[in-house]
Order: sequence, then C-alpha cells, then structure tokens
Amino acid sequence: MGKIVEINGPIVRLQLPQTVIGEQVRVGALGLVGEVIGRDGDTALAQMYENTEGLRPGEAAEGLGHALSVELGPGLLNAIFDGVQRPLSAVRAKSGDRIARGVEVAALPRDRRWAFRPEARHEPEARLEGGDVLGTVQETTSIEHRILVPPDVHGELLEIAPAGEYTVDETIARARLRDGSIRKLTLSHRWPVRTPRPFRRRDHAVKPLITGQRILDTFYPLLKGGKAAIPGPFGAGKTMLQQQIARWCNAEIVIYVGCGERGNELTDVLEFMPELKDPHTGRPLMERTLLVANTSNMPVVAREASIYVGITLAEYFRDQGYDVVMVADSTSRWAEALREVAGRLGQMPVEEGYPAYLGSRLASFYERAGRVETLSGGHGSVTLIGAVSPPGGDFSEPVTSHTKEIIQTFWALSKELADARHYPAVDWLESFSGYVPSAAKWWAENVDPQWEAARNEALELLSESEELARIVNLVGVEALSSEQRWTLEAAGLIKEGVLQQAATDAVDSFASPEKQYVLLDAMLQIRAQGMKLVKLGAPARRLLQLPLLAQARRWKSQYPSEEMAALKARIAEIPGIFERVALEYAERPAEV
Amino acid sequence: MKNIEYRTATSAQGGLIVMSGVPGVAAGTRVALRDHIGRLRNGLVIRVSDEAVLVEVFEGTEALDLERTWVRFLDEPFTLPLSRDIMGRIFNGAGQPRDGRPPIISRERRNINGEALNPAARAYPREFIQTGISAIDGMNSLTRGQKLPLFSGGGLPHNRVAAQIVRQAKLLGEEASDFVVVFAAFGVSSTDARFFQESFEESGVLNRVVMFLNLADEPVIERLLTPRAALTAAEYLAYDLDYHVLVVMTDMTAYAEALREVAVLRGDVPARKGYPGYLYSDLAEIYERAGRIRERRGSITMIPVLSMPSDDITHPIPDLTGYITEGQIVLSRELYNQGVYPPVAVLPSLSRLMKDGIGKNYTREDHPHLASQLFASYAKALEVRGLAAIIGAEELSEADRRFLEFADAFERRFIGQDEDEDRSIYETLNLAWDLLSMLPPEQLIRVTEEELARYHKWQPTVEVA
Ligand SMILES: Nc1ncnc2c1ncn2[C@@H]1O[C@H](COP(=O)(O)OP(=O)(O)OP(=O)(O)O)[C@@H](O)[C@H]1O
Ligand SMILES: [Mg+2]
Repeated sequence: MGKIVEINGPIVRLQLPQTVIGEQVRVGALGLVGEVIGRDGDTALAQMYENTEGLRPGEAAEGLGHALSVELGPGLLNAIFDGVQRPLSAVRAKSGDRIARGVEVAALPRDRRWAFRPEARHEPEARLEGGDVLGTVQETTSIEHRILVPPDVHGELLEIAPAGEYTVDETIARARLRDGSIRKLTLSHRWPVRTPRPFRRRDHAVKPLITGQRILDTFYPLLKGGKAAIPGPFGAGKTMLQQQIARWCNAEIVIYVGCGERGNELTDVLEFMPELKDPHTGRPLMERTLLVANTSNMPVVAREASIYVGITLAEYFRDQGYDVVMVADSTSRWAEALREVAGRLGQMPVEEGYPAYLGSRLASFYERAGRVETLSGGHGSVTLIGAVSPPGGDFSEPVTSHTKEIIQTFWALSKELADARHYPAVDWLESFSGYVPSAAKWWAENVDPQWEAARNEALELLSESEELARIVNLVGVEALSSEQRWTLEAAGLIKEGVLQQAATDAVDSFASPEKQYVLLDAMLQIRAQGMKLVKLGAPARRLLQLPLLAQARRWKSQYPSEEMAALKARIAEIPGIFERVALEYAERPAEV
Repeated sequence: MKNIEYRTATSAQGGLIVMSGVPGVAAGTRVALRDHIGRLRNGLVIRVSDEAVLVEVFEGTEALDLERTWVRFLDEPFTLPLSRDIMGRIFNGAGQPRDGRPPIISRERRNINGEALNPAARAYPREFIQTGISAIDGMNSLTRGQKLPLFSGGGLPHNRVAAQIVRQAKLLGEEASDFVVVFAAFGVSSTDARFFQESFEESGVLNRVVMFLNLADEPVIERLLTPRAALTAAEYLAYDLDYHVLVVMTDMTAYAEALREVAVLRGDVPARKGYPGYLYSDLAEIYERAGRIRERRGSITMIPVLSMPSDDITHPIPDLTGYITEGQIVLSRELYNQGVYPPVAVLPSLSRLMKDGIGKNYTREDHPHLASQLFASYAKALEVRGLAAIIGAEELSEADRRFLEFADAFERRFIGQDEDEDRSIYETLNLAWDLLSMLPPEQLIRVTEEELARYHKWQPTVEVA
C-alpha cells in the first residue's frame, strides 16, 4: 500500500514502491483508476482516467499488478464502451444519467450464458497454440464469435468442455503449459491495449474496401487492411463520412471510436444503426458494430486510452479471421490528450506544444492496421480510418502533416466545398490514394475493364476545368470557346452527377460498385457525344439547352443500386439525343 | 478543517498564492481568504502536495500582505444552491445574489462543474424550433437540445439577434414559447447586460429568466465559474423541474481570454496564440452540457455568443467552438454594412442537427431539398457577383444575370427581415420558392421534378439578348 503525495489535475504523484510503468493503480477513497507513466525512486507518477477533484495527499494508493487491458470475448458486439472499456449502458443502470466517478462495471456481462460449440478437431493431448480457435459462439445472427486461445498460451490441451451454455467466467478448457503449469481457459481473455496482438506475418492488402461513396471508392480507393486519414476543418463532414463508412462498408466488423467528440454523434449512431440493414448481409447494422466513446467532456486521459482500446478490439476480431474497419473520430483529440499530459509532466514541447514523440506514437498506432495471416493460419484485416481536425483547417499543423506521411489514402475535406454544400466535401485535387493499382485490378475483374481509364479521364477533366474556371473568373464565360464551355459543363456533370452524394438521400446514400461505374461512364459518354458535335461546329450554347443535362444530374437519386438495368436503358438513349441535335446542324451551315 | 484559518502563505505571484504546512487539503476545494483589512476574497485549490498548496485567488493577489493573510479551506468544491426560487433572480458569476434580494436557501446544492453525461443516456435532438428568422429556420434550423453559437464581431448586432431568438423561439404548432431562459453574461459591458434585461422585460419573460452576470470590470477568474454556475442552474431546471431551457451565454471570447490569463499564471504550456492546449476540453465541458436525456422531459438548448477577434473564423476561440458545437450562425460585416438585418452569412453558417429535425414529419416535406437548393443557388449567385465585379454586369450571360438578381433579392428579402418580424416556417419556405422562381428550372437540380411542378413558378420573361 502506498499513498498520494501530490495532485496536479489528472496527474498524481504517489509514494508507491515496486510499481512498473504502465501498471494500473487505484487511489483515494473513491477508488479512482489510473496508470503509472513515470517513476522516480520510491515515487510513481500516474495519470488518472477520472477527474481528481476531492482527492487529498495522504489518501491510499495501490498498484493493481497489470497494465490497462481489455476483456475479449462474447458480448462485445452491439455494445458501447467508454475509453477504458466500461460498458456505458451498464454504467448508466448503476450510476444514472451521469457517469459517477469510481464506478466499477465489468466489460462483458457476467451472467449471460453463451451457446458454445467446441471445434471438432480438438482432442485431448493435442498441441495448443496461442490464437487457435477453441470453438464458436453465435454472438449475433451475422457474427460468429470464434473463441481464441490467448496468444501467450502454448502447451497441450487437457480437456475441452462439451457443447453447451457457458458464462464468460466458466472454464471451457484446461491446458498444460510448457512450464508444466495448468491454465484454465474461458470464453474470454484479457489483453494489454498498448501491446499489438501478435500474428504470423503480414499479407498484401488486395481487395478494396467498398464504402458505397463514389468519391472514395472510384476516385481515392482504400484497401481492406489499409490506412486512411480524413482531415478537414470543422463542419466539413469528417464525422458524416466516417458514419457513412461505418454504415455501408463491406467489412464484417465495424469499430467506431468517438475520441473527444460530441455525445450526440454517438447517440446518433446508437439510434440509427439498429434500424439500418447491412447492404451486404441484410442484417441490422448494429449486430456487427461496437462503439468506444470518450466524448469531449469526459476525462482527457481516458481519451488517450480510448484509441488503444479500440484498436485492440479490432485486432481481436482480425485474429478471428474477420475484416475489421476501425474509424477514429478524431485522432487530433487523442494527440491533444497526449499533449496535455506531456505538458503536465513538464516535457519539452517541440511544435505547437506537442511533445517530440507525437510522430512516432502516431506511426506506431497506424502500424497496427494491416491484413495479416493470423496465428491460426487464417486471414484477417484491420482497416484504420482516422479523422484529423487541424486547428483553423491548416493542413501544415503537426498532427495532419505527420499523419499524411504515414497513411496511404488521404481524403482531404475542403471548407469551400462544404460551404457550397457540395458533399462529401472531398477535395479531388488535394486527396490521394496509393492503392489505385491494386484497386484497379479488382474493378477490372469485377465491374468493368475500363474502370481505370474512366477514372483517369474524369480526373483529367476535373483538373482541366479548374484551369478553365480560373479563366472564367478573370474574363467571363463568354470568352471561352465552345469546346471549352462544353468541357466546363462536362466537369459540372461529373461534380454534380457523380461526386456529390448526399448521405441524407435515401436512394443515393450507398452506391454499389456497378452504379458507381455506370454513372461515371454515362457522364463521360455525354461529354464525348457532345464534344463530337462541338467539333463539327455545333455551338455549346445549343447543347447547354438540352434537358438531358439536368436529368443526368438527377439519375443518382432516381435509380437505386438494384435498378441499374433501368438506368442503363436511359443511358442507351443518349446517342439518339445528340443525333437529333446533329441533324439540326446538318441542315444549316455551322454557327460560330 | 473548515473552521481553521491558516496564516502560512509563503509566496504570492499573479493570482496565485502558495500555502505551506496545511495537511490533507482536497484538490479543487474552495478557499476563503481574509486580507489585512478584513476584506474577503475567494479562491480555489488547483494543485496540492504534502508540502504546499497552490491557491488561485479570484480577486487577485494585489496588496496582499502574506503575514496578515488568513486562509480557510472550505472542504467543498464550488456549489450552487438550487430551488424554484432561482427563477427571476440575478446572480454574480459565483452564484451569489446581485439583485439585493436574499440568498437562495436550499438543501439542494450542486457542484458547478457538473458530471459528464453518459453518452448512452442522451436522446438525439430532433424537434424543430421555429425562431421566426428565415436565414435560421430555412437554412440552418435549430433543434431542441442543440448547441448553436452565434459567431459575430465587434459592432455587429449579435445581441439583437440573440434577443430576437429568445423572444420568438417556439416549437412548431405551439402558440407561446414555453421556454425558460438562463442568461449568462461574462466580460460584457453593463450596457450589453442591460440591453438583454430590458428585452426580456419587454417580451414579458423576465420572471422566467435566471441571470448570471460577471461584467467587464469584475474579477476575471470569476468568469471561469459563470457559465458553469449558469449551466448548473439550467440542468436543474431542465432535468429536475422538466423545463425546456434556452441558455444564452455571452461572450465566450471573454471567457477564453480569462482562461488564457489564468493558464499563463499557472505556467501551463501554450498551444496556439497563447491559449492553453486544454482550451478545447475546457470549452467542451461547457458546451456539451446542452442536450436531451432519455426519459426526461426537459432539455437544454444553448446559444453561446462569441465575437471573433479581427473577424477571423480560424482564431482558436471560434475554431475550437466550431469543433464542439453542432454548427454555427455566422454574422457578416459586409451584409450588415449594406443594411441587411439579421446579417447572417448563410454559407459559412451550418446547423448539423437540421437534417434530422426538418422535412416530412417535422416541417414540410420539401424543406430538405429546398434548403440544399438555396445553398447551391446562392453559392452560384455569389460567384456570379464576383465575376460581375471584374468584367461588369453587362458582360454577363443572360443566365448569369438572373443569378445576380437572385443574389440581391435573396439577401434583401430572405435574409433581411425586421427585428420584430416573426415568420412562420411556411412563410419562410414559400418565400424561398418565390425567390427560386427567379431562376429557370434546369438550374435547380437539388429539388425533385415533383417539387418543381408543385412549388416553382417559373415564368420565362422575354429578355433582350
Ligand atoms: N456526405 C454528406 N451528406 C450530406 N450532408 C453532409 C455530408 N457530410 C457533411 N454533411 C453536412 O455537414 C455537416 C457537418 O458534418 P460533420 O459533422 O461530419 O463535420 P465534421 O467535419 O465532423 O466537423 P467537426 O470537426 O466539427 O466534428 C453535417 O451535419 C451535415 O449537415
Ligand atoms: Mg466531426
């Protein structure tokens, strides 16, 4: 037993010999929990996950003998946890609408029984390795929870329980470890959050993560197992985009980490997820979703921890062979929590108050993404998508610039687009993706061989139109040639008919890969057909009167992904429309 | 220990004093300090160890003679006594009466820092509040339980806009407003405070207002308590007494400056423009107290007012506020100079909760598309106006000239309205369609063809080419 020596905001100095860095401590009459972050002789410096108001020097402190860890087992899905994995619904049942300090609630329900089916191949005396699947529990209709041998267990299986109903505390197997000791295994195990879970080897990420958002999938793709960042000023749409991904992406498990953001946004997820159906399985989305919430008004140290809690949960499902997506909103708040603690410790700030290790912490966090061969020989992936909230929207600030060097896909949100209500406000010039070649293979094989060519053409068109827009802003649109005006119009078609995609539009909120390609191809066809006429002498002014142009911009909201045949029929009419215009000009000499 | 007076101050600097030889003081406890002329000062313990206790003194440490300074540790955090009787009362930033009437006596005392609301306990705000102001209701709607700040600048009429919202706000279909108002002013002039007081009086809500005032010439550190005290009162009214509470707080810039001042004294590492790195979390502790709670009737809707230093929206105060609140209403100097009231710059303004509080079951089914179309058309119109400024309006194409006219009409008739003009949401939506009827249907692709057929009254006028 030790005691409190000093209290400085969330940092407490303890007289507590024999603790190690990273160890959990419990202090004071309220039993607040924290972790040791520094040692000096007999004293330890700890950061507390809860507000320290009312704590006094002299109160008791004890080391708990383990690092911050999460409990892994059935009961995770469908739940909302705080930054140190306390289940918030259970916390509410215990302490009311407000989170009382010092409440202790186990992460997983203790009394719930789960139907466990042992894996047939396990026979007594068989070798048992960390990561092996002991058996399964059908946790939700869509997700089978594979019960894993903890990664640090190696030995021989002594016995395994028969199929039946068990709580997470009951023994379902016993193993003799290499040192001869006996270890009881249950449906759950613990893992320290700051230690990446082991795997056999890294695999190449090859399949795109389909999010149903055209500007992402078609223009700046992300792969399953990839790393992406969404930087943008406030109100540009980071959260909406992450929520769209959480709703529609073709991952099997989604972990949504609300790190230092608004309480209402989590409520929003909690309220809409159960009502929406996974477009890939038809099951309620909440069945595959898990929330970690440390909102901006919750204690800042637990905010720092929440990101690690989230990624450890993600790795755990990866180890079961699933494709997992983790969205973190916002990594800037995590970095700020780091900065705040560093400041209290008197560590030397390097840029904008951030400690020197900001870049390396960010890098090792993103490093936990990836597609891997699991310990049991299966394949799973963690895709990491972090929002970044740069002060003043300035992308040169430390968190954005470090992140930019680490990730492969950069979805830059622009204030100008958001102000004009062009959503998603992903800037097509600032954004990039290093995964285009791999994605192109998949699109060519599964959707259309012309995918990459169409993508490139659209991007060139957009940057060409940017040039033209500059001219227009100087001298007016009348100064452009017919060809240039038509190019401008075609870029408008791409922007409004393809890139803009309102999350609130019931029909267009999700677009299948096929719909994405069909729409893009349609706009490019219109461009080509019109350009042919313009080159033959038809004035752009005439073409701009075509009702087709307004109609084409509405197709995205009129044709859901399941009705592509109808849309294709509409598109088949395009050549005819232009032919009729061509006839007008065949009869008359060309206008200037 | 509440009753022991210690005379062990060893040093004083800025607003802080260090006490030694006081064992077992709790972090965050209140302190009462008596100086050599018997004057009382308030303080707060901000750091404590076996050897020393660091106390922040609200009224400052000027003219303190450490030898003759007596300090009592009250062994409790800052609390506010609460009862129904707070209604109609005026308090200072620390929650003591400043209206000459007796203090509130109640066993119900709450820590003004509050406790974080469990995100699982929140209910998502969905009910549309009609403010009667078109630029807000039509394009940046407010919902019950939302936090929607006014971003303004020196000399702009943010106080008048805030007062108009307080006067006119009501749920759709309800006759009079059933709000109670909690008003907190910190760092503002007495003229500003009086303006609000008079406007509450005029609209007859004064007996349903609770005021917390810390004026520009009053202790700076007390400013840090003012919004917290006000929100503690608001929470009591909303969740204990079931009221719908509208909280107006002004000026958040003064609050943040006070926080910076204190942070400098404490020696905290600065992040941007000298503001401490925890400004975000600190502001969030305040703003996140808005909202609704499941199975509770009351609600807290928050309208903080802040003036943007040099009209710069990227300044840390509006920036961090925007990162926490659910949108912002931005006032524009340019519009104001052109005589437009309320001078709402609609493009940088935003209401994030609008999408869930408007449309079929809330306002009218065409509202979402209509709002989106107004944004797109006005954005385009401003582009055209910019172009006209360069090449001259005569050089514009016919289509562009329509946009130019639309921009002017939109600003004068839609954004502009009288200070006592209370437009219903239907008036606002119909007016919007009237204005969009100045533009040809093929330019309006954010509304559906059915909506066009129903509401759009396009009459192509014959124009000279
Ligand atoms: N894809 C979208 N479709 C429709 N509306 C959108 C979309 N993206 C953003 N919006 C609109 O913009 C608003 C702000 O978006 P969002 O809350 O995601 O911003 P943010 O970047 O997360 O801001 P902050 O950094 O302050 O959290 C939303 O409330 C919504 O009205
Ligand atoms: Mg956000």
